[in-house]
Amino acid sequence: MRILTTLFIFSILSGCAIEPWVKPYERQNLADPIMSFDRDGVSSSYMHHVYQARESARGAEGGTGGGCGCN
Amino acid sequence: MVRAAVLPEDRTDILFHSYDGGGITITGPSILVRKGDEKSFSVFGNYYVDNITSASIDVEVSGASQYNESRTEHTLGIDYVHDKTTLSLSHTTSTENDFDAVSTSFGISQDMFGDLTTVSIGFSQGDDTIRNSTDPLFREYADRKNYRAGITQILTKDLVMNLSHETITDEGFLNNPYRSIRYVNNPGAPILNYSFGQEIYPNTRTSNSNAFKVRYYLPYRAAVQFEYRIFNDTWGIDATTTEIGYTHPLGDKWVFDLRYRNYEQSAANFYSDLFPFEDSQNFMGRDKELSPFVSNTIGLGVSYEFTKNSGGFIDKGTVNFNIDHIQFDYSDFRDLRSTGYLTGDEPLYEFSSNVIRFFVSIWY
Repeated sequence: MRILTTLFIFSILSGCAIEPWVKPYERQNLADPIMSFDRDGVSSSYMHHVYQARESARGAEGGTGGGCGCN
Repeated sequence: MVRAAVLPEDRTDILFHSYDGGGITITGPSILVRKGDEKSFSVFGNYYVDNITSASIDVEVSGASQYNESRTEHTLGIDYVHDKTTLSLSHTTSTENDFDAVSTSFGISQDMFGDLTTVSIGFSQGDDTIRNSTDPLFREYADRKNYRAGITQILTKDLVMNLSHETITDEGFLNNPYRSIRYVNNPGAPILNYSFGQEIYPNTRTSNSNAFKVRYYLPYRAAVQFEYRIFNDTWGIDATTTEIGYTHPLGDKWVFDLRYRNYEQSAANFYSDLFPFEDSQNFMGRDKELSPFVSNTIGLGVSYEFTKNSGGFIDKGTVNFNIDHIQFDYSDFRDLRSTGYLTGDEPLYEFSSNVIRFFVSIWY
């Protein structure tokens, strides 16, 4: 347990020195707009509202949430 | 090279939305304008309207006639970027004839580990005022707090992942003032009859949502996304949401999206379609939103980019059309509009909706 704790603390402390394993010049695919989780915020925010007004689940959709008045 | 966090792009979206299903039609615009100083600040404003015409099952069963109303929402916000940190603040007001909501939201996100990781946390405070159009003296309040945390992680040069959590607490009047429960008014009789009574909800609710999503860049230029969310609350509702999506560009101008979404929820522990007698529980609700049901959505989107690198005021623009078809199937909410059935044997309710989003976006 002590070894695990030491390893955990070491990994946290060394976190700032993590070498990025995907270099900036390797990110052209990730930078493509089709890779965005939320390409059109206004449009996806509206769909969250459509579902929130009809379903009990709410939250963790990626928007700011709160007080949508959708009751 | 040290890279700073990136300000949101300067863009304007003009969206027309339409929802049609279950006897309800809702249409309106949503207009977002965002502009920054290209260094540190970006401000935005959003104007949103719902024009509602409703003859839903709830309206029909209550004996009321079709009604029209509108809801108007205004949001103002600002994002501030310093080095690898982004601070966000926004304020929203929503107004309708019988419901007002005000909320303020704050968020902070931090890029780290060579910008492979973005950690974000946020908080929102909302205050609702609930009125009743049939009772001028009716006025109730509710307080909402949202706590959010998330992490976005680049896993490979083709794969990005996001984990997010949100806890929401509500306190106050959480009922819908127009809805009713139904109960057996002659328990023990050979043929049961029913009456309607007032819903009584708890005054508090706390919910937790945890979501996981990944997006993967395919070997040809296209992307797939998978998303899974698990939800529970102190009213006893458990829900899961599963969504898959596929994005396929065609040349430089066209982007097509295809998506499927499944949602399932269990009932609130104070929900019943038919209570056994009057005042049979402390808390009672018969909202179909509290009942067990499944919804399935299939959606299609198409986007066309109409200018690019053409100079002038506009950098580029897109015209977008999305249609989603949603089917709702309730497993313990009966359609009381049906006649000729014994109490409690009415057919289960189901309906479908079509949701359209048409919008133009410009970047400048």
